[in-house]
Amino acid sequence: MAKKNKAGTVMVVGGGVAGVQAALDLTELGFYVYLVEKSAAVGGVMAQLDKTFPTNDCSL
Amino acid sequence: MPATYFIDPNACLHLQHDTCQICVPVCRSRAIDFTQKPVEKELNVGAVIMSPGFGRVPDEALTKYSYGKHPDVVTSIEFERLLNPSGPFAGNVLCLSDKRHPKKLAFIQCVGSRDLGCNNGYCSSVCCMYAIKEAMVAKEHDPDLDITIYYMDIRTQGKDFDAAQKRAQEQFGIKFVRARVADVMGWNNRLKLTYSTMAGTHSFESYDMVVLSVGLDAPKSARELAEIGDFELNQYDFCKTETFAPLASSKEGVFVAGAFQGPKDIPESVTQSSAAAGIASGLLKKQRGKGIVLKSYPEEKQLAADEEARIGVFVCHCGINISSVVDVPGVDKYLEGMEGVVYHAESLYSCSQDAQETIKQKIKEHNLNRVVVAACSPRTHEPLFQETLKDAGLNRCLFEMVNIRDQCSWVHANEPEEATSKSKDLVRMGVAKARHIQPLAEQTVPVITKALVIGGGVAGMTAAMNIADQGFHCTLIEKNDTLGGNLNRVQHTVKGEKVPELFKQLSAKVKKNKLIDVQTNTELASISGFVGNFHSVLKTAKGKKAEENTIDHGVVIIATGGREHRPEKVLGAPITYSDKILTQQELEIRLAGKGKNRAPKSVVMIQCAGSRGDDLGYCSKICCTNAVKNALKIKEINPDYQVIILYRDIRTYGYAEDAYREAREKGVIFIPYEMDNKPKIETKAKRITVSFFDPILQDEVAVSPELLALSVGIVPEGTETLSKLLKVPVTADDFFLEAHVKLRPVELAVDGVYVCGLAHSPKPLDEVIVQAQAAAAKAAIPLVRGSVSVEPIVSHVDKDLCIGCGICTALCPYQAIQMVKGDDKKPKAETIIASCTACGICASHCPTFAISMGGFTNEQIFSQIKAFGEEKEE
Repeated sequence: MAKKNKAGTVMVVGGGVAGVQAALDLTELGFYVYLVEKSAAVGGVMAQLDKTFPTNDCSL
Repeated sequence: MPATYFIDPNACLHLQHDTCQICVPVCRSRAIDFTQKPVEKELNVGAVIMSPGFGRVPDEALTKYSYGKHPDVVTSIEFERLLNPSGPFAGNVLCLSDKRHPKKLAFIQCVGSRDLGCNNGYCSSVCCMYAIKEAMVAKEHDPDLDITIYYMDIRTQGKDFDAAQKRAQEQFGIKFVRARVADVMGWNNRLKLTYSTMAGTHSFESYDMVVLSVGLDAPKSARELAEIGDFELNQYDFCKTETFAPLASSKEGVFVAGAFQGPKDIPESVTQSSAAAGIASGLLKKQRGKGIVLKSYPEEKQLAADEEARIGVFVCHCGINISSVVDVPGVDKYLEGMEGVVYHAESLYSCSQDAQETIKQKIKEHNLNRVVVAACSPRTHEPLFQETLKDAGLNRCLFEMVNIRDQCSWVHANEPEEATSKSKDLVRMGVAKARHIQPLAEQTVPVITKALVIGGGVAGMTAAMNIADQGFHCTLIEKNDTLGGNLNRVQHTVKGEKVPELFKQLSAKVKKNKLIDVQTNTELASISGFVGNFHSVLKTAKGKKAEENTIDHGVVIIATGGREHRPEKVLGAPITYSDKILTQQELEIRLAGKGKNRAPKSVVMIQCAGSRGDDLGYCSKICCTNAVKNALKIKEINPDYQVIILYRDIRTYGYAEDAYREAREKGVIFIPYEMDNKPKIETKAKRITVSFFDPILQDEVAVSPELLALSVGIVPEGTETLSKLLKVPVTADDFFLEAHVKLRPVELAVDGVYVCGLAHSPKPLDEVIVQAQAAAAKAAIPLVRGSVSVEPIVSHVDKDLCIGCGICTALCPYQAIQMVKGDDKKPKAETIIASCTACGICASHCPTFAISMGGFTNEQIFSQIKAFGEEKEE
C-alpha cells in the first residue's frame, strides 16, 4: 500500500443500530467519529420496533 | 423518534410557504432559529463504515395481496406499530377499516423475499422471527385471536430461535400452514385468502386482517452510496463482499456493517458493527488517539474532614411537566432556613445548558460543597449534573438527586396538594442525606495489555490476527498439535471459494506475526483474576509428560469451536457409519477427492439428522446449506446422478437461497417430511432403503440409494470445563451464553471474557469470521484504555469490623469479594473493585455491619429515613 498520511478519524454512514454500535465501539477504541444520519434522529428501524424476538424484550 | 424536537421541513408552514413562525416567540428557551441553512462540510477520514440499513421491497410485491386497496391488509412494520402501547390504538389490535377487533388473522411469509418476480431471490432472514414474535404479542393482547402463518419454510435457525417457534405453536396455539398464497381479495367486509398446498389443492379461507411479512430490500440510496464511495454492489444492490472478508467492500478502507451487507437481524448487525470498528482500528492503529479530544477538568477541591455542609438546592419546573402539578415555588420556599442549605432556587429546565452554567456559577458564588437537584430520574440525568460538578471543581459524588417528577407530578397528577407535600418530604430527605455525603475517589485499575485466545480454529486465528493488527500481544492456544480446527476438513463454501487456501494464508499470517505467540498441544489448566489482570496456567503436552507455564493477560477470548455430532440413531433407526452412510462433512471430503467414483450415482440426504428434537434440541444453522453445496457438487460431477434431500424446513437463509434455487433447477429433488410421519431407514446386507411419504404424489415411496448422507448438527467442544474455570454460564445446549443476546452478543457475563465461533452457537464460516473480529474489537477496548475505570460506588469492607465469616464472598454474584489474610493473620473480606457492581447484597447481609456502600452508607440512609419522620415547621 502506498504510504499515506491517514487521518485518525472514521466516518460512519447511517445511524441505525449498526451505525450507532460502530460509532460507540470506535470511540472506545480511541478514534474520533463522524456519525452521519440523513433523518432527524439516530435509532433507525430498531427504535420503531415494539419488542424483539425471541424473548419479547422491549426494543428500546 | 428524535431525542429533541425537530421541525419537519415538509410540514413546516414557514419553510414551505414563508408564513407562520408561531413557534419562534413561544419557545421559552429561544431554541428556534430559522436563519440556519444546510451547510456542506469536507471531512478528512481514515476509514468509512457504511451502515445505511435496508430499504422497502417493491410495491408490486405488496399490491398483489391487495395492500393499498384494502385497509385491513397491513405490512409487518405497520402491525408492529398497532401492537405498540404507544401506537395508534394504544396497543389494541383493531381493523383499520371499521375499528373492530379482528377475530381471525393471517400472516403471509416471504413477501418480497425468495421472489424472482421482484428480483429478490434471497431470503431476508428475519421475517420468520418477527412474524412469530408479532403473532405471540398479538395473542398476549387477545388470547382468543385465531392466527395462521402461511409459510414455505420456517427459518428460525438462530440460537434458541426454534424453541420460540415451538412455544408459539404449542403454548400460544398459533397455526403454521405450509402453502403458497395466491392472492388476497376483499370479501364482504372481510378478506378472502386463496392458497395452494404441496398436494396441489387450492383452498380459501376468510380473515379479518392480513399481515404481510415483508422482506428487507437494499437501501434506496445503495447505488448513490456505491458511486460516491466507489465500491461494488452485488446482484441485489447490497454491498458486495467475500466470505473470507465479510465486511470489506471492494474499496480499500470502506467497510460495511448491518443489513446493507445482506439482510440480517439485530444481534448480527451489532456484531458486524463491532467487527468493522475493530478492523478500522487495526487499519488506523498508528493514528489512534490523535483525532480524539479529551475533556479536561479543573483540579478537584479538597474537603476538610470537619468542613460544614454548604448545600445548594435547585428545584426544577421541567417546563410544565412538574410545575403543572407540584407547587414548585412552594417547594423552593420550603427550603428556606433548612439545616445546611445556603442557596436554593427554582429552575425552568435544570438540565438545559444555561442551567448548568448557573449551577457552576452558584457553586462558586456561595462556595457550595454539596448540590441537590429536585427534578427527574437519576437514571437519565444524574451523569449530566455530576459532570457539571466536575466542571466546577467538585467531586461528582457530592451530588444528590430527588425525583419529584416520576414520584410526584406523574404518579399523583390528580392530587396536586399531596404531590406538593410529598415533594417537600422527598426534598427534606434528600437534603438530610446530602449533609452526610462524602467525596469518593475515582478509581482505575491498570490493565495488562495482552490477550489470551483459547482455540486455534478459524475463529481463534481470526481473533488473534485482529488483536495483533490493533497492536496488542496475544497468546493463542490450541489443544491439538496443529492449528485450523474444522478448516482442516471443510473444502469449499457454497459460493465455491476454496477453504484450504484461506486456511493456508491465515495460519501463515498467524505464525509469522511477532505479536502472536502460538502454543499448540496446550490447554488452559486454571485461571484467576479479573478484567485487566488475569493469571492463567497453561498446560502443554510434551509426549507423555505435560509442562506448565503461567501467563498474565488482560482479556480472554473463547474460540473453542465445535464439531459434527454423530448421532447413534437417526429418525429412530440405529446408524452404523460406513462408506455407504456418511455425514455431510465426510461426503464433502470424498467429493473433493480425485477418485473416479467419488460421487455416488444416487444419494439420499436426510436433514436434521439427530437435530431439532431428534437428539440435539436445536437447529445447527449450516446443515441445509451444506447439503445443497454437496448436492450441487454431485450435479457438477455428473448432472444425471440422482440426489434426493428429505427435509423439515430448508434453511438456506440470506444469499444461500440462490444455491437452493440452483439445486432445484439442476434437478435435485427436495421432499419435506413431518415429524409425525418420519422417513424410515432400513439397512439389510449393505442395501440401504429409505421410505418416505411424498406429499406431491400423496403416496409412500421407497428408494435404495448408493449412499445415505446425514446432515448432522454441531456440538460445542469442551465448554463444560471452560465454563467452570472461567465461571461463565452456558445455555441448556452447552453453548456459551452471551451477556445480552441483542446488544452484547460477543461478551460474557464476566467482564473481560469474550466468545466467538461455534462455541457461541453453530454458524457458517462468514459469520464465524465476523464474530471473531467483533470479539477482538471488544477485547481491545480495555487494552486500548490501559486501565479499567471503576464506578466510585463500590462496596468497602472495614477490616476492623470484619470477622471473616465469608457470607459476603459466598453471596456475591460477581465474584467481587475475595478473602485475604488481615494484619492479625485472620481471614478478612476484601472487595475487588474492578468486579464490583455496587448491588449492595454484601452490605445488606454483613452480620457486623462491616461493609458499606459508597454513596449509600448506613449514616446517609438512616439520616434520610429519620428526616422522613421529622416534619419541618413551615
